[in-house]
Amino acid sequence: MPENVLRLQDVTMQFGGVVAVNNLSLEVNRGEIVALIGPNGAGKTTAFNCVTGVYEPTNGLVSFNGETIVANHPRGKMKKLYAGENAKAYLGVKTFDPTPDQITRLGIARTFQNIRLWKSMTVFDNVLTAKHMRAKHNVLTATLRISHREEKRMREETAALLEEQNLLRYADDLAVSLPYGLQRRLEIARALATDPTLLLLDEPAAGMNPQETQELGEFIVQIKNKYDLTVFMIEHHMDLVMKFSERIYVIDFGKLISHGTPAVVQADPRVINAYLGVS
Amino acid sequence: MRKKSKTELWIAFGAVALVYIAVFILERTVNSSHILFTVLKKGAIYSLVAVSMNLLNGFTGLFSLGQAGFMLIGAYTYAIFTMPVEIKITDQVYKYYECAVNFDTGIFVALICAGLAAAVFAALIGLPVLRLKSDYLAIATLGFAEIIRAIFQWDSLGPVTNGANVMRQYKDLTDVRIPFTDIPFPSTLYVFLATGVCVALIVLLINSSYGRAFKAIRDDEIAAEAMGINLFKHKQMSFVISSFFAGVSGALLAMYQFTVQAAQFKSAMTYEILLIVVIGGIGSISGSGIASFLYVAASEWWLRGLDMGRFLGIDSASVFRSGFRRFVFSIIIMLIVLFFSRGLMGDREISFRGIAGLFRPRPKMPGAAKGGGSDA
Repeated sequence: MPENVLRLQDVTMQFGGVVAVNNLSLEVNRGEIVALIGPNGAGKTTAFNCVTGVYEPTNGLVSFNGETIVANHPRGKMKKLYAGENAKAYLGVKTFDPTPDQITRLGIARTFQNIRLWKSMTVFDNVLTAKHMRAKHNVLTATLRISHREEKRMREETAALLEEQNLLRYADDLAVSLPYGLQRRLEIARALATDPTLLLLDEPAAGMNPQETQELGEFIVQIKNKYDLTVFMIEHHMDLVMKFSERIYVIDFGKLISHGTPAVVQADPRVINAYLGVS
Repeated sequence: MRKKSKTELWIAFGAVALVYIAVFILERTVNSSHILFTVLKKGAIYSLVAVSMNLLNGFTGLFSLGQAGFMLIGAYTYAIFTMPVEIKITDQVYKYYECAVNFDTGIFVALICAGLAAAVFAALIGLPVLRLKSDYLAIATLGFAEIIRAIFQWDSLGPVTNGANVMRQYKDLTDVRIPFTDIPFPSTLYVFLATGVCVALIVLLINSSYGRAFKAIRDDEIAAEAMGINLFKHKQMSFVISSFFAGVSGALLAMYQFTVQAAQFKSAMTYEILLIVVIGGIGSISGSGIASFLYVAASEWWLRGLDMGRFLGIDSASVFRSGFRRFVFSIIIMLIVLFFSRGLMGDREISFRGIAGLFRPRPKMPGAAKGGGSDA
């Protein structure tokens, strides 16, 4: 298996005249925690959405474990504009435009910037429903309870997962009734229920105080080791990013402006300029 | 997490059995021409179609208004399948056409086929229609229901559908026999049994893994998709299953009515069902059931006097004349919507835990008391 789990190659996402992500190329290696940072509106979430199939990128390739999962040809006039000298690399490449559920099936799970738990469901059902995708049943066997063993297995796994995340005592509560920090944690638990190998976290620490942020960082490291995950996250909390991520990519106006270890990025004048403006 | 205890399950089974025994005894003792049986039969049929609509609108979050169209397909399929060949070849029913269907089937087979016909049609129109969202989906399904009605009245299809003319002399509720005997099956009990089985299947579906996936789609489509739930596949599934049961209920309606005509399945019928779903509570199976019996009882029985010149012992031919019932009915519905804005049941279900809770002293903490349980 190749070293890099996730690889973006010249990914461009254009909305009308706005180029939200511009020729972004990056790699996330197995077992790493990698952060994607940048000022507000830099295109971080858009880049995530290109990976997870929410958007169809205007141009570029995304590969996961060495296999191309998202690909788009530079078409017609745009060819020169976006692909530039790389245009030749796309000759003969098939177009892939997967839906988000297909991406999740491959083993990429995500959380959302604004929490998207299923509101009318309990904590337990939120996690249990995420197991639906991998279950071996069909609508007939599930309805007639022929596959009740599968259901039982799903319930046991869900209970075990919630137990590990210390959420089991909230199992029968509505997901939205949990305090904010626990909702974030539940969203991560729900993503874990889909058996991912790559976890994409979109601002997991948004709205948390320094103490909670610290706990979250430790939690991420802990689940990464436990489930043998690779973590790719968007984050604004610099203390979390600098302390827990191994490498950092910085984008501004959709373009990659810097990448490297936290120390390298911190010292990069381009990053300082992007965040604080040119002095 | 909380799983239902065995006793709760047995209580539920017992309650259902009691209902069936009550219906059986009523049919034995009360004169069969009593209005009560009209209400029970029609109420049961409407509760099936309301529950099927609730599966789609309440549990999957797809606002569809095609129910009358699927009922029509079911009703006609049933009528065509069960009409004896001897009647088809004469001009008793097919007066202006040569009937092109030269077979007939039993009631049970025809009921299943009625559901399947509606389901197949739903699968076909689901391909384009389910790409639409909310109101647009409602408009498109309403349009398709009207198209179905027009097609069934189309002259060129006359040899099959008898054009715009009435279908009759097919097997109705009086033709149902107890299997392997020649004894007539009690008709109200038969309707209750058929709808009971169908509703039970829908409840099992909703409480299965697929039902949870439907609810996930209703709550948040984007999250559902990101958790690996194939949106189109599950929406299509819910649409087809809902249409299947709408088709079966259409067939039962045809059985109950003795005659059936395409002109009857107007969009007004869909609104009637929608009304039942809304009054009962969107997302509540038991709510839909209760509301459909209440609705049918009110419109067919309790408020009948408002049209007939005599209501609650008051004679007044000038006030209680034709049309006054609709007026009062509308006011009642408005009051229900005003004071029970989420329907009678909200999205809760009747559960014995909930009923028992009503008689227990309320906890002191405000907001902690809940009327019904979370599941049935």
